[in-house]
Amino acid sequence: MSHRVRNRRRSIGRPLAALGAAAVLLAACNGDDADTRLEDATADDPIEITMYYPIAVGGPLENVVDGLIADFEDENPNINVTPVYSGNYDDTTVQATTALAAGEPPATTVLLSTEMFALIDDEIIVPFDDLAVTDEDEAWLDSFYDEFMANSRDAEGTTWGIPFQRSTIVQYYNKEAFEQAGLDPNRAPETWDELVEIATAVQEGSDVSWGVQMPSSGFPYWLFQTFTTQMGVEVVSPAGNEVYYDKPEVIEALEFWYSLSDEHGVHPPHVVDWGTTPEDFLQQEVGIIWTTTGNLSRIRADATFDFGVAPMPSNVQPGSPTGGGNFYIFADAPEQEQRAAFELIRYLTQPEQAAEWSIETGYVAPTPEAWETEAMQEYVADFPEAEVARDQLVNTVRELSTYQRGSVYDLINDALQSALTGQVTPEEALTEANESINELLAPYR
Amino acid sequence: MKTSFEPAAADPAEGVTRGVTPGGDPLARRSFLAPLRRIPNGVFAWALILPAMVILLGFSVVPMITTVWASLQEPGIGTSIGPANYERMVNDPVFLQSLRNNLLFSLVTVPVSLAIAMLMAVLVDREIRARGFLRMALFTPAMLPVIAAAAIFLAFYQPNFGLINVIAQSIGVPRQNWLGNPDTVLPSLMVVMIWKEAGFFMLFYLAGLQTISPELNEASTLEGTGRWTHFRRVTFPLLMPTTLFTSIVGVANSFKQVDFIFVMTQGGPNNASNLLLYNIYLQAFPNRNPDYAAAMTVVLVSILVALAVIQIRMFDRRIHYR
Amino acid sequence: MTTEDAVTAESTTADLFVSSVRARRIVRAERFANATELVGVWLLALLWIAPLAYVFWAAFRRTEVALTFQPFTGWTFDNIITVWSMAPFGRFYYNTVVLVVGLSAGQIILGCLAAYAFTRYRFPLHNIMFTLVLLQLMIFPEVLLGENFRLVARLGLADTLRGIGLPYLASAFFIFLLRQTFKSVPIELVEAAEVEGAGRLEILWKVYIPIARPTLIAFGLVSISFHWNNFLWPLVITQSVEARPITVGIYRFLSPEIGINFTALTAGTVITVLPLLALFIVAQRAFIQNFLRAGIK
Repeated sequence: MSHRVRNRRRSIGRPLAALGAAAVLLAACNGDDADTRLEDATADDPIEITMYYPIAVGGPLENVVDGLIADFEDENPNINVTPVYSGNYDDTTVQATTALAAGEPPATTVLLSTEMFALIDDEIIVPFDDLAVTDEDEAWLDSFYDEFMANSRDAEGTTWGIPFQRSTIVQYYNKEAFEQAGLDPNRAPETWDELVEIATAVQEGSDVSWGVQMPSSGFPYWLFQTFTTQMGVEVVSPAGNEVYYDKPEVIEALEFWYSLSDEHGVHPPHVVDWGTTPEDFLQQEVGIIWTTTGNLSRIRADATFDFGVAPMPSNVQPGSPTGGGNFYIFADAPEQEQRAAFELIRYLTQPEQAAEWSIETGYVAPTPEAWETEAMQEYVADFPEAEVARDQLVNTVRELSTYQRGSVYDLINDALQSALTGQVTPEEALTEANESINELLAPYR
Repeated sequence: MKTSFEPAAADPAEGVTRGVTPGGDPLARRSFLAPLRRIPNGVFAWALILPAMVILLGFSVVPMITTVWASLQEPGIGTSIGPANYERMVNDPVFLQSLRNNLLFSLVTVPVSLAIAMLMAVLVDREIRARGFLRMALFTPAMLPVIAAAAIFLAFYQPNFGLINVIAQSIGVPRQNWLGNPDTVLPSLMVVMIWKEAGFFMLFYLAGLQTISPELNEASTLEGTGRWTHFRRVTFPLLMPTTLFTSIVGVANSFKQVDFIFVMTQGGPNNASNLLLYNIYLQAFPNRNPDYAAAMTVVLVSILVALAVIQIRMFDRRIHYR
Repeated sequence: MTTEDAVTAESTTADLFVSSVRARRIVRAERFANATELVGVWLLALLWIAPLAYVFWAAFRRTEVALTFQPFTGWTFDNIITVWSMAPFGRFYYNTVVLVVGLSAGQIILGCLAAYAFTRYRFPLHNIMFTLVLLQLMIFPEVLLGENFRLVARLGLADTLRGIGLPYLASAFFIFLLRQTFKSVPIELVEAAEVEGAGRLEILWKVYIPIARPTLIAFGLVSISFHWNNFLWPLVITQSVEARPITVGIYRFLSPEIGINFTALTAGTVITVLPLLALFIVAQRAFIQNFLRAGIK
């Protein structure tokens, strides 16, 4: 946590840690490179690393993580991994940074891919390029979908994060409700006009309370990026130091979202809760929801009705932002732990493991090879909806990622909520937020 | 009352006075603590309070000082001191909103919980059947972890299948998005707070009621004084000391208790339910701005102290001790 | 007083002083007030316990029927079992129990010593020290979240039970309360003990503490329940499962990225609340009686 960075003049923690790291490095690198050090550790004296991660509530998923870790430890008896489930992304960030401030940094953590610039700014992470030694390592860094790497590399192309549980936003729709309303159960909205039409029809013609809902708590900026992408514009620069929320297309996008509840009456008024949206869908309270593909496995497991998954509709163009979490390696972990973490991350993103993780959760496996594995082919043959999120990748944009991520998210999220609750007009909300955010980012330009 | 000593006739010849280190007969009182007796009272007392004071000073006073120091650190590289954080704070709409929300929250929840608690205590103080069950029913919410109470009400406030909307619909009231509507979110949280705190305060009032002499109650009954009048003229004034104490605890709690925001609203929508301590947490931890958080903490502490002083002044006049 | 007593009192008085008509009117008003109060208190109690009762209801029902009201079908333990296996609740319980018991014991010990000193002795800086104690009544450790975190981390106690408990080890509330109680101890007892040659600590142990027992018990129970439920500070100071108490455990459980499952939520709530509730029901009588005798005025 940036107690250490912001207050380097007061705290002796940082110089001390630097000294410590130097000592370790000196001890470790007596002419040997880090790999030898790793091999020095044996099954009797393994390197211990900690990994913090956020995902859905335990149950099968925490077990899946534990299983993957156990398999990794089997293949690498000289490394011991302690995975710690830490709640949602915000909580995991807090946990990792407080652990850091307390002098016990984890070797690796899964955090939002968009946390990247803030972590760089606070000098919390190291680039993967520094740890890539062999040609194999380099090849691995290049093996991911470019669309996911858009939020994993900085403007110079250095890789700071490795995609792990990545997603896009998809439409889930209730096929039975569609039928009941006399609609084609295999056709989800493909344009904004169709969205309004279909939502109205479903709301009037079936038992659902609302035609459509896009959650606006938790990650409103993310859901909003679907609308802006469909208007054909980007909202942030690749260098993470400027935003474009005052573009007319962006304002129109927010006006459309607001009109769904205000004018057309097919969307619940005020702020819609992120956490309960999947449940609303499962309880058949709403006909269509827009949310992360990460919900797929849960919805599939719990739905008592026939449902469909469709890509985002189009206005000027179809599209969605990418989302989800990347692996980061912490700078203050000793070098041998960093190397061990590197190996762990590489293992977890190999095709078999990535496929397993994707199947269990619904997240998009981040490499093309993962989709070619037998397990994945079988799964997709049985459940083609799983491919929707991946097929949509060509239409995705980078997710909003800037320096001062926390404060920037607060500004834009508040603005979006104030417009969606009717407190201010979309134009006012966005123009003001844009100004405040760019002011905050000025030092980074 | 059981004690180990019988009151014995004081022997003037012995000249035993309070506060003087008693000698006693070393043979009769052979205790391995005997050498301690030679320690003078002042030192002895200090030794007794030392552990407690170290903790209190170390975790309340010292951090307060370092907080003030941190709040004066200017952002950016370098070690300059200045009011930059305070300037930012005064112009920060989120901070002002959280301050406003918290004051409103306090102003409503404390008196209402006190009033309900007093009512509960008076009702339950009587000799009625199932008194134990009733007391338990009223007190139980106070015992729950706030997180659990928040989870319960999160389920209730759910717009689509939450119990409150289901009941509302069945009696013809339109469904509300209780937690998603900036106008209803703070009152919704107030309800949770009052539900949780009233039972706890009820205990304080029950204790207070014990101190009211039963003759006063009998006198009222004999004179045919109405319940309400009796309460207004006799019970309520005599409960003033309890009210003061409970109100101090209540006000402190209303600023301290932000657990449910974590579960229910995360401060939204648009900061309509952001409270001061939650905002401090957000700035200190997820947003990694500890100096800014320190400035807001200074404000919070000042408010707490000021409110304590105000309350003591306000009630002191109204309390008449017997 | 009971209705019968009131009636008897009234009829006696009525015979002696008041006309019988007025007496009957008073008695009727009295009965009516009693009945209203009875109805009122029952309504209030049922209203107050309803949310918790509902959660207990939903936790033991199958997911499909959890939100409905048919009383005869769909009972199951499955929710509880599933949720229990989703997180190391056993570990959370262990941590919480060790924490609250240790902390309460520590608070009582430190508090007894301090309150004794404040009661009996005038020592240098007495008033200033006591004011500092009063100050902590308003300023809880978690108000100074950031700085206390840095302090405890620097002591090397982050992510430990000791780290969670340390800032609370001295309870200003208890010291204040106990001092009030100690002040009510009759001076004759103390003097008698001195005459018998008892040492200062012995007097504390044999004279003051037995008299203050209700206060100790009441406070112990209050402290246990308060620290069982404490959330913000443990959230910040613990990172791993090692020292995580039950409140943080259940919170992690409730904040997934993907969505909230309501039967899991209700089952989780039941799991969190049940031990404390059970303890309270068992100790309820003792607790309330001691609380009342402790004489908080």
